[in-house]
Amino acid sequence: MEIISPVDYVKRSLLAVQEYSLLSVRSITNLFRHPRYVSDAVQQADLIGVGSLPIVVLTGLFTGIVLALNTSKTLERFGSLSLTGQLVSFSMVRELGPVLTSLMVAGRNASGMASELGSMKVTEQIDAMRALGTDPYKKLVTPRVFSTVFMMFFLTVISDLVGLVGGWLISFAMLGLDTYQYWNSAYQVLTYNDVITGLIKPLVFGFIIATVGCYYGMNTKGGTQGVGRATTQAVVASSVLILAVDAVLTQLFISFK
Amino acid sequence: MPPETPSPDTVHKAIIFDDVSIAFEDIAVLDGVSFELKRGETKALLGVAGSGKSTILKICLGLVKPDRGHVYVLGHDVTTMSEEELFDLRNKIGIVFQESALFDSLTVRNNVAFRLMEEKLPEVEIEQRVREALSFVEMEEAIDKLPSELSGGMRRRVGIARAIITQPEALLYDSPTGGLDPITSTTIIELIMKQRDVYKTSALLVSHRLQDGFTLASHYFDPVTKHMQPVDGTPQRDIHTSFMILREGKVIFSGTAHELGQVEDPYIKEYIA
Repeated sequence: MEIISPVDYVKRSLLAVQEYSLLSVRSITNLFRHPRYVSDAVQQADLIGVGSLPIVVLTGLFTGIVLALNTSKTLERFGSLSLTGQLVSFSMVRELGPVLTSLMVAGRNASGMASELGSMKVTEQIDAMRALGTDPYKKLVTPRVFSTVFMMFFLTVISDLVGLVGGWLISFAMLGLDTYQYWNSAYQVLTYNDVITGLIKPLVFGFIIATVGCYYGMNTKGGTQGVGRATTQAVVASSVLILAVDAVLTQLFISFK
Repeated sequence: MPPETPSPDTVHKAIIFDDVSIAFEDIAVLDGVSFELKRGETKALLGVAGSGKSTILKICLGLVKPDRGHVYVLGHDVTTMSEEELFDLRNKIGIVFQESALFDSLTVRNNVAFRLMEEKLPEVEIEQRVREALSFVEMEEAIDKLPSELSGGMRRRVGIARAIITQPEALLYDSPTGGLDPITSTTIIELIMKQRDVYKTSALLVSHRLQDGFTLASHYFDPVTKHMQPVDGTPQRDIHTSFMILREGKVIFSGTAHELGQVEDPYIKEYIA
């Protein structure tokens, strides 16, 4: 195993942050520069959005079910079982919908981006693209970032809705709650701030997923082993970053309440 | 007042390296390399692995920036150009990579047509030019195949078709015969010769195989027989081919095939033996 001096470690870390920041900025500024790769963006939206739909629906459904089951036990003790809808709705929309959807999409797509771009990097396809006069950041990175951000918004909305349906299934079938009461309390509890929080978070998380996946892919070194390493690092880094940024965003939105 | 540096002759020279040095992680890969490639000339860059041959090609395209010196490609100093400016220049240069570097998720047609599709040319024109380029390398039958379905030699030929489809002013070949059997290697060299003699394209050919350079220097492409012929019977024919040998990042020989045969340097003698 290679031993790195602390100075070299700091230098490498700072360089990585600089390169990641540059990639992130370029992925946005390229949106305003020609050429724009609309068909590539549509293709990526299909891969990321439609392709992730099954896991997002399943995650949302089971999260809603588990939330209803767990909260009902506590609420029953206080004779407030009718508040189940409120708790499921509040937790799903504000927190669990965006975070769990993002973590699932990160596992599926950050790894996919890192391995695809990493394979292209180690087989000189990225260099070939540059040599053929095409900017790989415009053709490969920007469409992925744009499509992930765009599709994360809708995936999260679907996940929230399916989670609420999961909570209703338990409330109706096992807890004996009235359907109208469940949906009414679920709707009434949400404030403007909750909805905005729940819709802005997935946009930020989508940006993290795509930029981290592309960063590790574009900086892959060391053949097939390097591709494997980049894939793992992309999932780990994007997941940790999502959770860390979630803590910051949650505090930020609470302070605006 | 300091004397002005004379501007390089970019009218007659396709590529000029002026005292170029580059190091990777404190290891010098090129050390004060200077040479010129005339327009229409093919220069074979020879040397053992790690002598800096492929780095020269990457510097020509601006994929790597040298630490010192200037590189003029088709009249542009690539060492001072931004990435955005380089994309325009790269459209005038073709490159064949060592392992072909074909886009593995695209068919042969889309690989060869990549530049034309980026320029958003009409479909009819793209189809016609792709077929012309594939016919040049005798690979028309593979048009709908994926790179994974092709042999190593076929991939190199598709790589050449992709490089020449826009009729570039300069071509860079990075070990186009590396890892191929002798018969396929000769086919590839014949294609390079065809490009040199039919389209008069300036080219840098990186190779480990001395034989590639000597075949280029001793043969010409006959458009009648559509095969290469030895120049022995046609002494007036100028085959526009020269040699350059690198050793540990320095140029140790630059000249014609005849001059290479006369050299007394023991390292070069052993290399060409």
